[in-house]
Amino acid sequence: MTAFFQSLGLSYEWAWAVATLAAILIVSLLVMFSVAMVIYVDRKVLGAIMLRRGPNVVGPFGLLQSFADGIKVFLQETIIPSAANKGIFLIAPIITFTVALAAWAVIPFDAGMVIADINVGLLYILAISSMGVYGVVMSGWASNSKYPFFSAMRASAQMISYEVSIGFVLVCVVLFAGTFNLSGIVNGQQGFGLGLINAYAVHPLLFPMWVVFFISALAETARAPFDLTEAESELVAGYQTEYSSMSFALFWLGEYANILLMCSLNTLLFWGGWLPPFVIPALYAVPGIVWFLVKTFIFFFMFSWIWATVPRYRYDQLMRLGWKVFLPMSLVFVAATSGYLMAMGHFA
Amino acid sequence: MTSVSHLIKSFTLWDFLKAHALTLKYFFKPKVTINYPFEKAPLSPRFRGEHALRRYPNGEERCIACKLCEAICPAQAITIESEPREDGSRRTTRYDIDMTKCIFCGFCQEACPVDAIVEGPNFEYATETREELLYDKAKLLANGDKWERAIAANLEADAPYR
Repeated sequence: MTAFFQSLGLSYEWAWAVATLAAILIVSLLVMFSVAMVIYVDRKVLGAIMLRRGPNVVGPFGLLQSFADGIKVFLQETIIPSAANKGIFLIAPIITFTVALAAWAVIPFDAGMVIADINVGLLYILAISSMGVYGVVMSGWASNSKYPFFSAMRASAQMISYEVSIGFVLVCVVLFAGTFNLSGIVNGQQGFGLGLINAYAVHPLLFPMWVVFFISALAETARAPFDLTEAESELVAGYQTEYSSMSFALFWLGEYANILLMCSLNTLLFWGGWLPPFVIPALYAVPGIVWFLVKTFIFFFMFSWIWATVPRYRYDQLMRLGWKVFLPMSLVFVAATSGYLMAMGHFA
Repeated sequence: MTSVSHLIKSFTLWDFLKAHALTLKYFFKPKVTINYPFEKAPLSPRFRGEHALRRYPNGEERCIACKLCEAICPAQAITIESEPREDGSRRTTRYDIDMTKCIFCGFCQEACPVDAIVEGPNFEYATETREELLYDKAKLLANGDKWERAIAANLEADAPYR
């Protein structure tokens, strides 16, 4: 893209700046659009499993439902509770939203199709996703209301607990790939499974880690069965209780952008990213971004499917799973993976 | 032994996989939702919907102002005033039903000796204001004229069981 703007007569620095800005705009618009469509898919899948039809009135098959909801939310009045801390109350959804979008900077959609191809992409994602908890905590505290506060405390504890095991899972992947660069990790999966399958998850040491990562991703994004932060039956709507209009919408957009991010991380780290699933030359004719989007969508479908299937965990069960099952398990697997790689002469 | 199988089950997420297979089966099943404004569920002839005051085929109103419906109405939603008409027959001068009070128990139509007040099959009469739900005699008679065919068919279908 930089080359294209250079051909228009800009110097390299300006062409780079314009190209990066354009890429940011395109990616964030695409993410927002996919969030809208994904919310529709979510409602449709949930409906189908409950033998309902889901949204089917706005537009063909109800495809425009999310946009109609968006317009409705835009036109509503933002209500700020009189007891709320106004500044923090308004900043919190913005933080959630911005952080959710910022993480997409290092996601490669195809070979070379990435805004910032930095060497520490995975660390950047870890850092950014830890920032996401600030939006939740701030909203819960600034609302000056019981349920949002409970919810914020739950959310922070939950996200921190599961980030620990996610971190160890990522260590396993990084050990295999030998790089923190997401494009490098995807390239490392080329023909990884016996030269036939482009995925880390087929390795017996990495498949359990993928399961742990997937479940932790559910917890990290506060999806069912770990949606304790917005448990309707206990906490009204959790930290979003006092929010209305755009500030509420920003939370939802951020939350779904995060869910999509986790789905794409599943794709990139374990299932070969933009590479086709099998090493068959015909499959390489399909553009990489199609494979990436299809795989991400499959993971999103699994998220919705799980939402429709399992009941919510109790809080102590959630903590037990995070600290007493996943953490020891991923620790053991980090040791096993590094031992295996040492024995195989991977680092030689 | 059971603890070993329990351990294997919990580490392979066996119960979760079974549950997901079940929900996936339901995902592909035909949906049961009725597409409401376009499709409607069948109604029983005994369905108790919006009220109507009926007339005889010659156009004479059926109600004879006996006030049995007013007396039996548990919600006290009916208000009737009456006086003799010029030809000497007793008729209502006022027949109001407060639809916001009505509980749709159907006692009024059961009390009525002449099948004048009935609850028809219509249930789509939502209004934008509360006042519109305070029905007067003209509105009830108009309902009767509008729904007479459906009401008569329903009464006939239900007649053997009354």
